[in-house]
Amino acid sequence: MADTAKPKGGARSSGSRRRSRKDTSPSLSNESPDTLLDYYRRMLFVRRFEERTAQAYTQARIGGYCHLNLGEEATVVGLMTALKETDYLFTNYRDHGYAIEKGMDPKRVMAELYGRSDGVSRGWGGSMHMYDTESRMLGGYGIVGGQLPLATGAALAVAYRGGDEVVMCQMGDGTTNIGAWHESLNIAKLWDLPIVFVVINNFTGMGTTVEMSSAEPELYKRGSAFRIEGERVDGRDVLAVRDAATRLVERAREEQTPFLLEAWSYRQKGHSVVDPAKYRTDEQRETARSKENDPIALFDAKLTKAGILNDEIRDEIAAAVKTEVTAAADFAEQSPKPDVSTLFDYTYATPVPNESRRMPADPVFAE
Amino acid sequence: MSVITYRQALRDTLRAEMLRDENVLVMGEEIGVFEGSYKITEGLLKEFGPRRVKDTPIAEEGFVGAAIGAAMLGLRPVVELMTINFSLIAIDQIINHAAKIYGMFGGQTSVPMVIRTPGGGGQQLGATHSQNIELFYSFIPGLKVLAPSTPAEASAMLRAAIRDDDPVLFLENLGLYNSKGEVAEDYAEADNDDVAEIGRAAVTREGSDITLIGYSRMAMVANQVAEKLAEEDISVEVVDLRSLRPLDRQTFVDSVKKTGSAVICEDDWLTYGIGAEIAASIQEGAFDYLDAPVRRVAMAEVPMPYAKPLETAALPSVESISTAIKETLSAVGKRVG
Repeated sequence: MADTAKPKGGARSSGSRRRSRKDTSPSLSNESPDTLLDYYRRMLFVRRFEERTAQAYTQARIGGYCHLNLGEEATVVGLMTALKETDYLFTNYRDHGYAIEKGMDPKRVMAELYGRSDGVSRGWGGSMHMYDTESRMLGGYGIVGGQLPLATGAALAVAYRGGDEVVMCQMGDGTTNIGAWHESLNIAKLWDLPIVFVVINNFTGMGTTVEMSSAEPELYKRGSAFRIEGERVDGRDVLAVRDAATRLVERAREEQTPFLLEAWSYRQKGHSVVDPAKYRTDEQRETARSKENDPIALFDAKLTKAGILNDEIRDEIAAAVKTEVTAAADFAEQSPKPDVSTLFDYTYATPVPNESRRMPADPVFAE
Repeated sequence: MSVITYRQALRDTLRAEMLRDENVLVMGEEIGVFEGSYKITEGLLKEFGPRRVKDTPIAEEGFVGAAIGAAMLGLRPVVELMTINFSLIAIDQIINHAAKIYGMFGGQTSVPMVIRTPGGGGQQLGATHSQNIELFYSFIPGLKVLAPSTPAEASAMLRAAIRDDDPVLFLENLGLYNSKGEVAEDYAEADNDDVAEIGRAAVTREGSDITLIGYSRMAMVANQVAEKLAEEDISVEVVDLRSLRPLDRQTFVDSVKKTGSAVICEDDWLTYGIGAEIAASIQEGAFDYLDAPVRRVAMAEVPMPYAKPLETAALPSVESISTAIKETLSAVGKRVG
């Protein structure tokens, strides 16, 4: 029976996306060309930023764990387009693209990756822990499911004050099996909280497929135990993601109740930069990397066909993106490393007596 | 001065803080309609309504995490965990999130919240409901851990915990809820500014023969021991740790420098315990002053039994602590009562 659990083409999971090959993507006719090109540029920016990140990682400029948004660019841009500046975002550890798209300066995101003092989290967080109070991206979180109770609590604070902000809580497909998922969705619905839970389904938690881990693999249905409405969207399609996310975010704002969105797309590479994804079959690898599943290639073709994108504009955008990504890496490279004298600056917000400031070999009682 | 119970000190101070600050809300299992398993939140739902007194589902990870998230946006949630044993369900949120958010994001957002929770054996609650696992939290930089032993301390320390911008684990004890003590007349006033200083231990009884160190219920027991031994002409100095993190080492080390010996009593297992940390600190801070090895009196290392004689035997008592003190004093040849 084990064999039947193995997907053959990256994902074998049932679902509407396989039912038909006809184009169900939103039409371009009501869209402004400038807006469309902006989405295109932003998706390309995430792609190039992540590629530059992978390069810096292999050059040992970046340490720790490092998870990339490659293949998820349409989801990232579509979701972030649905949020207002005042809305809050919590994500998992695959957070670089979200950080940039929610409004953080890419230079400071790259500086965080480099562990420098200009990093968004002052070099204390690294890849998995991008945070910026001002842009209301309240953290990438490294513990699977850790962000769900927190995001639920942020929505509680919004509701407590009668605010009109919405909280978006992003996570991966594997998160739908952890206790925090069940506890948070239950509380969010019980307390009528304005939050949209977004499951990024790339069909694999590290190497474990959705079918291997989820008794109900159609993840958007998993809110039904809590009477939370769910939708599934093609995460390769920036316009479809934007529209679905906008609909649910605005309903959460209006109706003061949680929603669930599942966006599926393919993780182009391994779980993290160092993962060669040897557990993938050739067919799965081909599916994950094929042009027909690449959100940027798909959008490029669509815009080209509509006469919105051409070689000249494409080259212009590519050059501008490249310049900006290079500038981010240069900025990170130049940014000072945190001074060791700051080691004890962020343990407590309210200083109190007898807080330990002992270095490893120091005696407990200093002279 | 008036004399009230530890329970009432907590309840009235919580109410006063809710009156003082609109951002203070209480959350937990059975705290509203049921008015709290130990009645610390009695009357609060009626007075403040369900917006500020939130009954939660049985989902410790979910509601502790929600309190952390609410605190990140500036509310000041006071969470009740029915007993500290149930904090194990929420331990990822407490240790990996509450304690980390300020530091991990470079000091951008503090987490001003309090987790109130009782520990303690002696109530025949058996193995899973009699633990004192504050040690787990006292181990973690980023958390503050308070353990008041009297009604006055409970009031001043709860006020401090709520007004502090960091996550505070506020340790109560089943054996203390009915204990009584003096408090100032205005202890329940919203404008009361008797705020304890977090990170300070206190010498709660002066003595000259030996230092006896405890916290929470054991600080109360330590004073009973000192009282009893005074009748036998043994002068015991009692140190109440009060704050387990940060730990005020200087106060007990200074005391040991004066008395020359120490006994530590704790309502918890000995191996790797808080007493071990105290003993290590004493040897480092008062090595030349010690006349005898530091002695620890702690729970027997078994899952707590239900049967009363077994449970009683497993717990430190006035008698067992007195014995340890006399043996220590005898070892230094000071005197035996």
